[in-house]
Amino acid sequence: MAKVNVKVCLGTTCFVMGSANLQELIELVPRKYGDLVDVAGSPCLGLCSIDWEFSKAPYVKVDDEVIKEATVEKVLAAIDKKLGK
Amino acid sequence: MSINTPNKQTSHLKREILVRLIRAYLGENYEEDVRLIPYKMRPQGSEVPYRCCIHKERAILRDRVIAGLGFDIEEAEDSQLLSELATKATKREKPEEHPLTLLQTACNECVPARIHVTDLCQGCVARPCESACRFGAIKVQDGKSRIDHEKCKNCGLCAQVCPFQAITKIIVPCENACPVGAIAKDEDGLTKIDHEKCISCGKCVSACPFGAVHKKSQIIDIIKNIKAGKKVIAMIAPSIMGQLPCTPKQLKQAIIDIGFSDVVEVAVGADITTKNEAEEFKERVIEGKAPFMTTSCCAAYNELVAKHVPEIKQYRSTTETPAYYTAEMVKHDQPEAITVFFSPCVAKRREAMQNPNIDYVLNFEELGAWFVALNVQVSDCEESEYNQESSAEARNFAVTGGVAAAVNAMLDESEKAQPYVINGLDKASIRDLKKFAKNGKCELGNLIEVMACPGGCLGGSSTINSYKQATKQLNAYVESSPAIKDVVNTK
Repeated sequence: MAKVNVKVCLGTTCFVMGSANLQELIELVPRKYGDLVDVAGSPCLGLCSIDWEFSKAPYVKVDDEVIKEATVEKVLAAIDKKLGK
Repeated sequence: MSINTPNKQTSHLKREILVRLIRAYLGENYEEDVRLIPYKMRPQGSEVPYRCCIHKERAILRDRVIAGLGFDIEEAEDSQLLSELATKATKREKPEEHPLTLLQTACNECVPARIHVTDLCQGCVARPCESACRFGAIKVQDGKSRIDHEKCKNCGLCAQVCPFQAITKIIVPCENACPVGAIAKDEDGLTKIDHEKCISCGKCVSACPFGAVHKKSQIIDIIKNIKAGKKVIAMIAPSIMGQLPCTPKQLKQAIIDIGFSDVVEVAVGADITTKNEAEEFKERVIEGKAPFMTTSCCAAYNELVAKHVPEIKQYRSTTETPAYYTAEMVKHDQPEAITVFFSPCVAKRREAMQNPNIDYVLNFEELGAWFVALNVQVSDCEESEYNQESSAEARNFAVTGGVAAAVNAMLDESEKAQPYVINGLDKASIRDLKKFAKNGKCELGNLIEVMACPGGCLGGSSTINSYKQATKQLNAYVESSPAIKDVVNTK
């Protein structure tokens, strides 16, 4: 099975609007899912500049799925869905 | 973000408003764009996430914009348009005196604090609640404990002894968080801040789940000076290192890119504070046999001393704060400059108000919003050197224990202080301070470092980064910095 790929946007906008508090995912996800999921912080994913959408930051990408106004819970739920849990 | 608090929607809202406000002020149609902020955030037909209807959502957003413009929400007329207030903000000569304001339309829904017996009460035979109550305020009637609120003093003993945990203490979060009883509901059920008592520690700001306590921003005033082409100098508190996803040198460039003419680390002033405080400690405690001395760099603690614990003043160091020395230096070298202190907390606004060398205060959330508004990617900025180096110890002032450790680093082996750290002001630690002052002694140490926020300035109410990550980033910077003895002796 292909690994699920998680990217936490750490661009300035996402960081200020909340991804500072999503950094815990980078430690939490490997502990929870082991080898099934790759997770990393990422430079700006460019999602905040589309159509003035800074207010929907922070963004996280789980494979191709974009999570707006991301929270730890939303991201974990998306990973679970990908893994068919 | 305070220690261990999860991401909050209230911070998101407040930051979104700041971003929109800054974009409006830097744009072509400032007044009209400000007026439209609530409508842009809740356009026609949009979801109503928090309140009863879209009108109330917008009304509350309007009030939040008023705080962003730097005005008192309570004093603004309901009928006044945001566009009028936006104009008024640009005409203001100086910021308002008290840094906090309450959004009463958002906050009147809290139940007044009291003890409440829940349905879980079994009306048991033991009835420990009855025997625990010293005021005869709780009795079992019709198979269930009932509280006589005339007699109840809200001590909570009954709740502690209930074997079913059926009794709960309903709290008003802001009242509960305030260490000095400065925020409370009045007879009409409206929350008020008593500015005579308030020490601007900002705990109510973090505690309110409705985001009803606002900081009055000075951002319009600051940008106005930059727009007017004045030389505006950023004095950045040590806790800023670790707040944004970039290096300290990139941060300097990012701040210059948004219009500041220079950036000075307040850690430079912290080196002077350390040197003076170490000398003072030696003179007063080691040679003069004073029982103890407290630090003096936390603005909320200094407000506490002035307003609530004057008896401890004689034990507090007379050394000035790092912000004081930094601002003095900047104004001495460049008297024409406008100085802006970049702050992790609300309390520094009060300090700035009392210091003619500090013109404005910008907090980290506001700086972050400014970067968002201008699409500044801090991690893409060039690295820019600071003109004056500061020490590892001074840069570590931002963390609990850092101030006392810095003082100790300046003292010789035979003069070392025994630090005792008050890691966060609350009702209990204030009682301790009063006790130390009354008894004229402190068994726990002879240098008491007082930090109003748990964790120190990195736990301040206006910070952005999570405490753990911020500490990591700051530590890396501290570790790459020179020792204080090498820095101070060459100054």
